[in-house]
Amino acid sequence: MIAFLTDSVFFGAVISLAAYEAGLLIRRRFKLAVLNPLLIATVCVMVMLTLFKVEYRHYNEGAKYISYLLTPATVCLAVPLYQQLTLLRKNLKAVAGGITAGVLASLVSVFALAKLFSLTHEQYVTLLPKSITTAIGMGVSEELGGISTITVAVIIVTGILGNVIAEFVFKIFRIEEPIAKGLALGTASHAIGTAKAMELGEVEGAMSSLAIAVAGLMTVIGASLFAYLM
Amino acid sequence: MKYLRQFCIILLISFLGELFHILIPLPIPASVYGLVLMLTALCTGILKLAQVRETADFLIEIMPVMFIPAAVGLLDSWTALQPIWFPVVVITILTTVIVMAVTGRVTQYMIHRSRQQKSKGADIQ
Repeated sequence: MIAFLTDSVFFGAVISLAAYEAGLLIRRRFKLAVLNPLLIATVCVMVMLTLFKVEYRHYNEGAKYISYLLTPATVCLAVPLYQQLTLLRKNLKAVAGGITAGVLASLVSVFALAKLFSLTHEQYVTLLPKSITTAIGMGVSEELGGISTITVAVIIVTGILGNVIAEFVFKIFRIEEPIAKGLALGTASHAIGTAKAMELGEVEGAMSSLAIAVAGLMTVIGASLFAYLM
Repeated sequence: MKYLRQFCIILLISFLGELFHILIPLPIPASVYGLVLMLTALCTGILKLAQVRETADFLIEIMPVMFIPAAVGLLDSWTALQPIWFPVVVITILTTVIVMAVTGRVTQYMIHRSRQQKSKGADIQ
């Protein structure tokens, strides 16, 4: 049975999709922000792999076809962005200001906390690109001499965390403008945050998509400067 | 056939993004080049919205699912994470909240300010 599961090409894809479907059902049933479908699906799959003793690389034989779609899907984020272009032009200053402030806040807070915990240079640069999209973040971490596997892990946790806590944070800090919500999600938790922004509305989704690209590129430059600080 | 053609265009742009990624020595992924290329194509009219719309909407809708394999991959990075898990967890939680709050508040402040300036300008006129 276990040998069959490790060899199967479809096992990984099937349990991923089924777990997400279960996550959607659970959220519809209980309506709590913590019960995020992505979070539930991830935990479900982890538990199943551990129970059936299936290694990650075997699971990924099937699941990689799901990840394959990530690049085309990110490319498609240009579509909602295009549809909101007039809104973007009208608020260009606010958008540029918001993303710049967010990127700086990210770099400064990682620096301050790294100092506080007296992390090594290697650990510090590993965490610097934590808020940006995985593919850029991984590259930045490698370039600066960080441990890219940890960077990837932290980026994903940041994404899921942002996705789960967004509505709570917006309530506490009284962030009500759709543009502000979208930019906050995209700048703080990249594409996984954007998935949440898409649920909130078209404007939120478009602004979040924009923030992935702009914050990502700003961080490439910002992180290489901040790397000298420690 | 419509969906196949739309998917083909999206994959073609992803492929061009890949090409840019290989040709330009910067840590910018194919997906970000692709996003910019798609936006440029739509803005210049090379590509009509109707030529990609339904498939693009579908891919965006199912996007969260695409993160599951990478998130499950955390199982494998646990050994690397173990020695520094505590500072990493604290830094991750705090910075995520800080970045979200700062970006949101600054954007909102600037939107409100420009609206006030506009209404003041209207008063003078």
